[in-house]
Amino acid sequence: MAETTQLTRHIESYVDSSSTPTHQATSLDAIGLLIKTNALTLEALVRELDMYLTSTDTVIRARGILLLAEVLTRICSKPLDSETIHSLVGFFKERLADWKAVRGALVGCLALIRRKSVAGMVTGSDAKAIAQSFLQYLQVQSLGHYDRKLCFELLDFLLEHHADAVASLEEDLIYGICEAIDAEKDPECLMLAFHIVESLARLYPDPSGLLASFASDVFDILAPYFPIHFTHPSSGDTHVQRDDLSKILMSAFSSTPLFEPFVIPLLLEKLSSSLHSAKIDSLQYLRVCSSKYGAERIAKYAGAIWSSLKDTLYTYLAEPDLSFTLPINGIGFPENEVVIEALSLLQQLIVQNNSQLVSLIIDDEDVNFIINSIASYETYDTISVQEKKKLHAIGRILYITVKASISSCNAVFQSLFLRMMDNLGIPVSNIDGLQNSAIFTSQNVKFGFLYLCIELLAGSRELVVLSEEKRETYCTLLHSYSTVLFNAFDSVLDVSADRCLPGPDIHIGVKGLQILAMFHLDVFPIPKSTFENILKKFMSIIIEGFNRTVLWNAALKALFHIGSFVQNFSESEKAMSYRSFVVDKTMELLSLDDIALPFSLKVEALSDIGMTGMKNMLTILQGLEGALFANLSEVHRNLKSSEIAAQLLECYSCKLLPWIHENGGAEESIVQFTVEIWSQAGNCMDFNSPFEEKGLLDSMMKALKVSVGCCSVESQNAIIQKAYSILSSHTKFQLNDVGRLPLTPGAYDISPRDEGILLLFASVIIALRPKTHIPNIGGLLQLFIITLLKGVVPVAQALGSMVNKLIPKSNGAEKSGEFPLEEALDIIFNTKIWFSSTDMLQRCNGSSNGSEMVLTDLCLGITNDRLLQTNAICGLAWIGKGLLLRGHEKIKDITMIFIECLMSDRKSSLPLIEGSLASTEEQKSDPLPRKCAADAFHILMSDAEVCLNRKFHATIRPLYKQRFFSTILPIFQQLITRSDSPLSRSFLYRAFAHVMSDTPLIVIVNEAKKLIPVLLDCLSLLTEDIEDKDILYGLLLVLSGILTEKNGQEAVIENAHIIINCLIKLVDYPQKTLVRETAIQCLVALSMLPHARIYPLRTQVLRAIPKCLDDTKRSVRREAVKCRQAWASITSSRSLRF
Amino acid sequence: MTLGLINANPVVHAKKERIVRSEEPHTDNVIDPLDIYDFVRDIRDPEHPYSLEQLSVLSEESITVDDKLGLILITFTPTVRHCSMATVIGLCLRVKLKHYFPPHYKVDIKVSPGSHASEESVNKQLNDKERIAAALENPNLRQLVDECLYSNEL
Repeated sequence: MAETTQLTRHIESYVDSSSTPTHQATSLDAIGLLIKTNALTLEALVRELDMYLTSTDTVIRARGILLLAEVLTRICSKPLDSETIHSLVGFFKERLADWKAVRGALVGCLALIRRKSVAGMVTGSDAKAIAQSFLQYLQVQSLGHYDRKLCFELLDFLLEHHADAVASLEEDLIYGICEAIDAEKDPECLMLAFHIVESLARLYPDPSGLLASFASDVFDILAPYFPIHFTHPSSGDTHVQRDDLSKILMSAFSSTPLFEPFVIPLLLEKLSSSLHSAKIDSLQYLRVCSSKYGAERIAKYAGAIWSSLKDTLYTYLAEPDLSFTLPINGIGFPENEVVIEALSLLQQLIVQNNSQLVSLIIDDEDVNFIINSIASYETYDTISVQEKKKLHAIGRILYITVKASISSCNAVFQSLFLRMMDNLGIPVSNIDGLQNSAIFTSQNVKFGFLYLCIELLAGSRELVVLSEEKRETYCTLLHSYSTVLFNAFDSVLDVSADRCLPGPDIHIGVKGLQILAMFHLDVFPIPKSTFENILKKFMSIIIEGFNRTVLWNAALKALFHIGSFVQNFSESEKAMSYRSFVVDKTMELLSLDDIALPFSLKVEALSDIGMTGMKNMLTILQGLEGALFANLSEVHRNLKSSEIAAQLLECYSCKLLPWIHENGGAEESIVQFTVEIWSQAGNCMDFNSPFEEKGLLDSMMKALKVSVGCCSVESQNAIIQKAYSILSSHTKFQLNDVGRLPLTPGAYDISPRDEGILLLFASVIIALRPKTHIPNIGGLLQLFIITLLKGVVPVAQALGSMVNKLIPKSNGAEKSGEFPLEEALDIIFNTKIWFSSTDMLQRCNGSSNGSEMVLTDLCLGITNDRLLQTNAICGLAWIGKGLLLRGHEKIKDITMIFIECLMSDRKSSLPLIEGSLASTEEQKSDPLPRKCAADAFHILMSDAEVCLNRKFHATIRPLYKQRFFSTILPIFQQLITRSDSPLSRSFLYRAFAHVMSDTPLIVIVNEAKKLIPVLLDCLSLLTEDIEDKDILYGLLLVLSGILTEKNGQEAVIENAHIIINCLIKLVDYPQKTLVRETAIQCLVALSMLPHARIYPLRTQVLRAIPKCLDDTKRSVRREAVKCRQAWASITSSRSLRF
Repeated sequence: MTLGLINANPVVHAKKERIVRSEEPHTDNVIDPLDIYDFVRDIRDPEHPYSLEQLSVLSEESITVDDKLGLILITFTPTVRHCSMATVIGLCLRVKLKHYFPPHYKVDIKVSPGSHASEESVNKQLNDKERIAAALENPNLRQLVDECLYSNEL
């Protein structure tokens, strides 16, 4: 009983129209649950609902029926017996007549009809009864949107799943559907409606059957929707997109051939419309319809379609990009959707109605006009615009025709190709006589002819790839004409010709030869000798034609494509030819001194040819090695050799190595190459200093660095051993003793050759992986510290890399026998360095008048030697960077040392080492070391290219910049406010400017409130020195970042006044255009702030901007105009007052 | 005075694509006709919701600049010979240039020869400082000019 009252309450709350929707939904769920758990039978529910279902109050009745229907929807998986279903169907179908309660009836019918057979489904006769009653009672278009959708869902489901039952309704059904769909506008309903039409067509497939007589009526309803014009916002609550609708309408259109007499004329008419989307849709629909309707039905329209296709191509085909030499699609045209659709329609038609289309094309007057007048198109530039368009379009059409099928290809070659040849005076009967005579001189080769040849060749090449049959007519024809074609293309490219052909003609020649070379060999209609001739031709251009840049580049690119093709398709025979004619020849180029080809071009050719495949690359690499080492051994005698060696190394590290690395493998050759460089470096030492040329040394370092970076741990171990042995055997460094003796910089007066080797060694260290074992780390560390004090920066970077990668004790460095990080840090920071007081860099032999200090003391300038101090600071910065990246504690101490340097004028009381008072004064005010300390922050924070990055396997802790910034921010703030000397403050600002400009913007924005005043002070300080323009620009970018970020706005609003003052000073900063431009852009961004805040500043800005209107740089003037407009218009929305 | 539009059916031309200037460091940065044309092409016609460019009133060729002497000469072509809007168009051009170009340029604005019935008097009016100043003090004219310059209808 309790349940009954509960049920009544649920029912009442649902039926009551005043209760909230959530309330209603919970009641409904509760009832559904009761039935699902068998606590309530459906019968009992119906009995309980009795009064609501039959009430004369329409509102209550409607809610009651809806309740029953919704419950049925919720229990769709609960099995019901057929009796119940039948009686429910009976009820709901009756209710369809009750238009006031139709929602419930529809939902109920849908719920019933959607039941699966396992849970008991509606029988065929019941389905038919529902359909009948639907057709009899419902006026779909008079219903609301949601009800209409339900109606369409119901119809769709009936047609889809109870086709046999409803099929017998015949005329009534078709009428009913027409009536329902007519003038529907909602996209969601239309999706269903179009699908219903498609199902309807499937229901009556008989071409002379029922639908035939109604096809016209049905189509009349569909036709107005084409082309779909959709103004619905894409982000609305409906998820239907234009493309979905268009696609489903397309399947409705193409659903039955019965529509053909109506569809095709409509599509042809819309094709000529000027609406872009109508064109694209028409072409798409035509393609799909013609494949669905079949060749026979389309045949009668072929002529009409062909002529409108031709027109479309004339209008929409843009100028081709002839310099683009990738040959896959013949000539490269800019992508255009209309053109793509038109061509795929054409291809579909050719495949479908082959003979008809081919005869249309071959007999077409435009095609024939072009073929016949081909002789008059001499060069690209002489063709008129109109005819060029025609030529391009016909070319594309022929390309598609040839590509579409073998028979169409044969037909085109037999008729058009031969006719074209006839026109040029090369009849097929005479072909053998012409075989060897050079009938073409560059004067009588016509551009138009070559152009069409390329399209034909490209098409047939693609056909060849797909077809199995090899001895087709076109193959035979191509075979017999291959020499002629080769000669024709060849003659355009004549290097020695006096007259220089314009770019397009040259590209045509190169492209033609390239396509000829890229036919597959097993179906190759062109003999091997021709292939080799093509390669020879290109090589001769490479060797001799270097002063014609366009031709040279095109030829090299073509060679590259041919090479990659030959490699990828493993055509062994052609690959052999390629290797002997191209790869080997290119290598020979390196050793030939007597040819005029500039060396830089040789190197370019070398790398491009190498990139065609790994095998070629390794050959090329060997050649490069040979040439490089030959030149390296010449270095001390010949200045030119060192230049050449530098170029070769540059090519190796920038082009070849990245390629090898990307394509995997071949590590042995890299290792071998690197070891070889080391041996050479060792050998070079026996002569004079090889490193007088700075460029060569730099290239060697770079090459070593990148190659070591690419290697695995094992290979790196081998390389470092080799490098270490060279370092210890070829230099005067006493690596084994260095640990035992006190460190005295003066002990090693480094000779340039020792320095050279040391630099090479440092570059190896920089690129090592963390796991690689470095021999004698202790000795190396000490050596590095000393050389670092001499100002050798790469050594400092190597030190930074070492401390970045060494494993700390806690991670078991000791157990594995590795040198632990702690020990390394101990060496770096606690090793005493000896100095004599009289001469800093002389070794002192007694401790009496000498002094000893550690690296950090040097940074603080205790030695009184400024050069030593700056070197020490710079070195310490790199060490600090290594530690910072891995997130080591020690970085705090290092930072404090830098800050102490920055503030060092406070320490006037600090006892300095002896010296005359005057010089002390002078040195104290020397800003160089302090500037260096400020720049150290740049080293710490910026992303370095040369070391300590992912490429060189640095250990990088996530968010290290953020962490560092947040620790250092309060320190700087405090120091800046407390600093009383303007000089130290300026250095603090500089340092902090570096930190800010390298910190991720998001962190800056979060702290914007605190930072803006400091940032503005930095900006105005940095304007004083021209050398600071880059850091100034970096900082300005930070400011503009804050201005444009939403989170930064609040802080900006508070400080708007001072920001504008600062920016106005920057708008005429003379040293850097970008600074002026950015400053003005910042002003524009500021004009978006709340009106009340910025209005008072308006006059100030408007007064400052006019001088920018007269700026010497156009970009600045443009920004100034925008800025002026933005600020002038903040008075009110419309009128401007200046 | 005729009621309604002076030219009810103007010929509308396509907008030309904006030329994107290459930002090479060594390019010549002096003011050239294209600079000026870029500023004035979007001014709306006083009568129609089309820009002066679309109505072919202005073209890049109709602007000449002499940077050394600081002279700018703009010649425009009214759509019809009896166009009474010619003076308004001229006023718009002048106001826009005044605001967005450095003041040391002397701006001459003329209708192209033979394009207007009372060519001489229009030219005279367009380059008369006093009359320009007076026109800009007229609130109705001022509003019309502002609408043409800052219209969002295009």
